This record gives sequence, C-alpha cells and structure tokens, in this order.
Amino acid sequence: MILVYTENWDGKFKKLSYELVSYASELAKKFNTKAVAISIGNVENSELETLGKYGVSKIVTVKNDKLNNLDNKLYTSVISQLAEKEGAKVIILANNNTGKAIAPRLSAKLKAGLVSGIETLPESIEPFTIRKKVYTGKAYANIVVKSDKKILTLFQNAFGLFETGGSAVIEEFNPQISESNITVEDINKTTGKILLNDAEIVVSGGRGMKGGENWAPIEELAQLLGAATACSRPVSDEGWRPHGEHVGQTGKVIAPNLYFAFGISGAIQHLGGVSSSKCIVAVNTDKDAPIFEAADYGIVGDVKKVIPEIISAIKEIKK
Amino acid sequence: MKILVCISNVPDTTTKVKFVDGKKFDSAGVQWIINPWDELALTRALELKEASGGAIKQVTVINVGQIATEPTIRKALAIGADDAIRVNTEPIDGYYVANQIANVVKSDAFDFIFTGIESADFNGVSVGGILAELLDISSVSAVSGVDFDGGVFKIKREIDGGTEKLAVKTPVAVTVQKGIAINPRIPAMRGIMQARTKPLKVVEPIAVEILTEYISYEMPKPKGKCKMVSADNVKELVNLLHNEAKAI
Repeated sequence: MILVYTENWDGKFKKLSYELVSYASELAKKFNTKAVAISIGNVENSELETLGKYGVSKIVTVKNDKLNNLDNKLYTSVISQLAEKEGAKVIILANNNTGKAIAPRLSAKLKAGLVSGIETLPESIEPFTIRKKVYTGKAYANIVVKSDKKILTLFQNAFGLFETGGSAVIEEFNPQISESNITVEDINKTTGKILLNDAEIVVSGGRGMKGGENWAPIEELAQLLGAATACSRPVSDEGWRPHGEHVGQTGKVIAPNLYFAFGISGAIQHLGGVSSSKCIVAVNTDKDAPIFEAADYGIVGDVKKVIPEIISAIKEIKK
Repeated sequence: MKILVCISNVPDTTTKVKFVDGKKFDSAGVQWIINPWDELALTRALELKEASGGAIKQVTVINVGQIATEPTIRKALAIGADDAIRVNTEPIDGYYVANQIANVVKSDAFDFIFTGIESADFNGVSVGGILAELLDISSVSAVSGVDFDGGVFKIKREIDGGTEKLAVKTPVAVTVQKGIAINPRIPAMRGIMQARTKPLKVVEPIAVEILTEYISYEMPKPKGKCKMVSADNVKELVNLLHNEAKAI
C-alpha cells in the first residue's frame, strides 16, 4: 500500500494534506493497491470524513502528548512502525519544513530510496522512474529508485486536488514512543498571514522597491488577493524584509499559480526559486531585465505607479 | 565539545547548467564552491567556537568527494575550520554520502553536526536527516539560528506556520537554512596561508547499497514570449490575468 503523511493545524487538515492524498490515491491505482493516510495529533472528525473523499481507504490516527511538538526522530519512529505494520511500498510527504525533516530519516530507517521535491506521478513503475527538478529549477533529472521501498516528497501546489467521493475507515494506532531530547521553550505562531509555501498567489518585491518603507502597496495587494508576500535576496540581505520571505536559490522555492515580481531584475538564482509558478507577472523599469524572459505578462514601468493601479483595477473586478 | 560541518562541493549558483548527451553534468568551465548553506553553517560554527570561551574546542569539516574537491575543502580551512576529512569517493546520492559520513563519525564522535538544508546541485534535502537516523541521534531541520548558552545548544527553527525556540541535548544534527548567518565568512590572507598546513585526512569509502540512480537530465521547455502591456494601460494587465490566464 501507499502511505501518506498528512499535516494539520489547529484541528484542521492543511490544504497540502488533500494534495498529498490525491497524489497517493493516483499512485495507488498504478500499483494496484490502496492508499492509507496517517494523521498525528487532534483533528476534528468532520475533517477525517472530508479527507476520505480524496481517495484513501483508511485513515490512521495517532494521538499522544509526546508528539505535540515535531521531534524528527520520534515522528520517524511512529511513521515507520505503521509503514512496517501495513507493508507500505511508498511513503509520501510534503516537500515543506516538516516533510524535509522526516523524509530523510525515514529513508535511512526503512532503507528506502528518497526523491524529494517531485511534482508529477512516476514515468514508470517498473523500474520506478520519477522526474524532479535539480540545480534549483535549472534542469530536470530522471531518477530510478532501486530499493523496494520508496519515499517521495511532493511540492505544494504542483499536483492538484481530486475528489473521488469515497469514504475511509478510521482507525487508531498506538505506537511505541520514546522520550524526546528536544524541549520546545517558545513558539511564535504566524497568525493571520498566508504562508509562502501554501499560497496560491505570491506578491514579491525586489531592489526596485527602493526600501522596506515602500512595502505597503505590496502588502495591500497581497491582502486583496489572499496572497503571501515575498522578496528577492538583496531585499532580505538589506534587512528590508525578513529572511523567511526570500524566494530563490538560497531561499524558498515556490510554485504558486500566480507570481507578481515587482522591481525584481530576475537573476538566475531568483528565477530558480520561482520558475515553477504557473503564471509570472513582471513590472520593472528596465525593459531588458531578465525577468521578462521568464514572465508571462510584463509591464515596463515604475512600480510606485503601477501597483496602486493594479490594486484599483482588481477592486473593480471584485465588485 | 566538537563540531562537525558537512560541506558539499557544488557549481557556483550563477552557473548555466549544461549536460553531456543528457546523461552527465557538463563541468567544463564551471567554478566550484562550498554549498551556500554549508558555508553559512561553517561561519556560524566558527562564531560559536570563538564565543564559547574554550568550551567548543574544534570545528572539523567533512566532504565526500574525489581529490578534485580539495580546493573547496582548503577554502573551508582558510575560512577557519581547524581540520578536514575527505572521504575519497564520488558522492552518488544522499544515502550513500550520509553513510560515508556516519562511518567516520562512528569512530570519531562529534557533539554537534551541521549540514546545509540541501545542496545547490541535486537539491536532495537528505544528508542531514539520513545521517542523524544512521547515528540514532536527534535532528532539527529548517534551523535559522543556533546559540550556545551556558553549555546548552539553543536552536531556532522554522515550522510550517511559525518559529520555535528549542533546547537540545547533544549529540544532535541540525540542517540549516538562510538566517543561521547572514554573510559567509571570507578567507583572509593569513587564513589562506594557514590552510595549506592544516590537517586534511583522507579516508577510504565503505561499501554502501545504492538506492537511487540519476539516469538522465533534461532542460525545461523554453517559455513562450512574455506578453507586454503598456504602463498606461494597467487595467489591460488585470483583464488578461482575469480573463485569459484565469489567475485572479
């Protein structure tokens, strides 16, 4: 069977959990097997029912106070215990901070080949061949996973959601859990803001914004569209915006449906981080800026003038 | 206390990537560097050592690679690492590399192990976590800050929805990202001179089962031409995004 590691926040499944389950369900068809989801922590019952509609035959819930915070070692142990009990062939996780923390440990624990950052189903099952981006988006590699068990991490927003209308059996699982060597002393939750990796629309600014004090229009546009805000490397290096917002080769790699690049010239390292975006809009005063080669729509103009006009035109449409 | 920093030898991030017959990375004319996250990790490791009042005695770097990676290792020594280890083999995949490092660490224990979150070439996001599991020690990922405070390592990590501050018991492995240090340390002339005589131990590899194989490479399809809209007609852009791209 195919095992999916789902994630939740405040009692609800994250959108990525539905994407992962959709992916696992399609992959299970190729393998002629079933997909099973594991959920760690407290999730509302109605959420479990909804998840069942995306093609998993079973949802296994694990509740234990020792798992209140992410401890990579303990989570790996829990997931691998279930994987062995159920005979998982493939384990699928999100390619986010959590997935990146657990997937490699699972790979070592289960001696399962890991391919991280996939966007599509495998090209073939035997041999198991799958495509992923390498050199931060500059190329694709075709990878054969030779081991019997496999671990995959899926980029968010890459695969889509497919409701199949089924329903899942819900089962509890009580694995052995050892003591943690990690103590969480302080948690600072981001509230009221859309996370960069979750966002379907991202509004981003570069050096052309000419200073952190000029970010209000970007934030206004992001708010209007339910989008996340981002920036290019010089912006976070200058301290105009926090490092967590930096997208590009050494920052975050994102794949939103729509990416606005305001005052970003489009250095090769930046493009690596955003080239998977389905639609890129660039506004820059320099008509020769490389960002226009990567963009779908472009305006040669001053961001100070253009962004407020975009905002009012969108408000018109939303009326 | 001893710190180990795992460094990968990768093409400079401005490299125009090319392949020979779609099978092998074309290294002609490529500049090789310390993987950017590993370089930041090394910078932070040295800062911690200097501020520890002698509690942290040693910062060692390790690389899995053929002899051609030695200039990159010497650069790490020039930046300030005390000594270096090179496992003399081609880095085949993350599982293979982590096993080689684990083999070294099993006979030469380290209290704190740094790895970059990923390498700029294969973006495998694997070595740090696999290494920790092989050594059966704790690991923390997406780390954006490390402090050594009263003999305890304090770690700041990004979770999906915020940040957390942790206290961790050693031994521990962390995978670090942007923020751990802002600018990488640049070697000074004195450091470059000293690096020539610092110990660089070469270790032969162990046999490890290969779990994944990179069989071929492709370049992404070129993008269609960018549709330009006049700056005097911003409304048109929004109409296109709404009606044509259906993105808003």
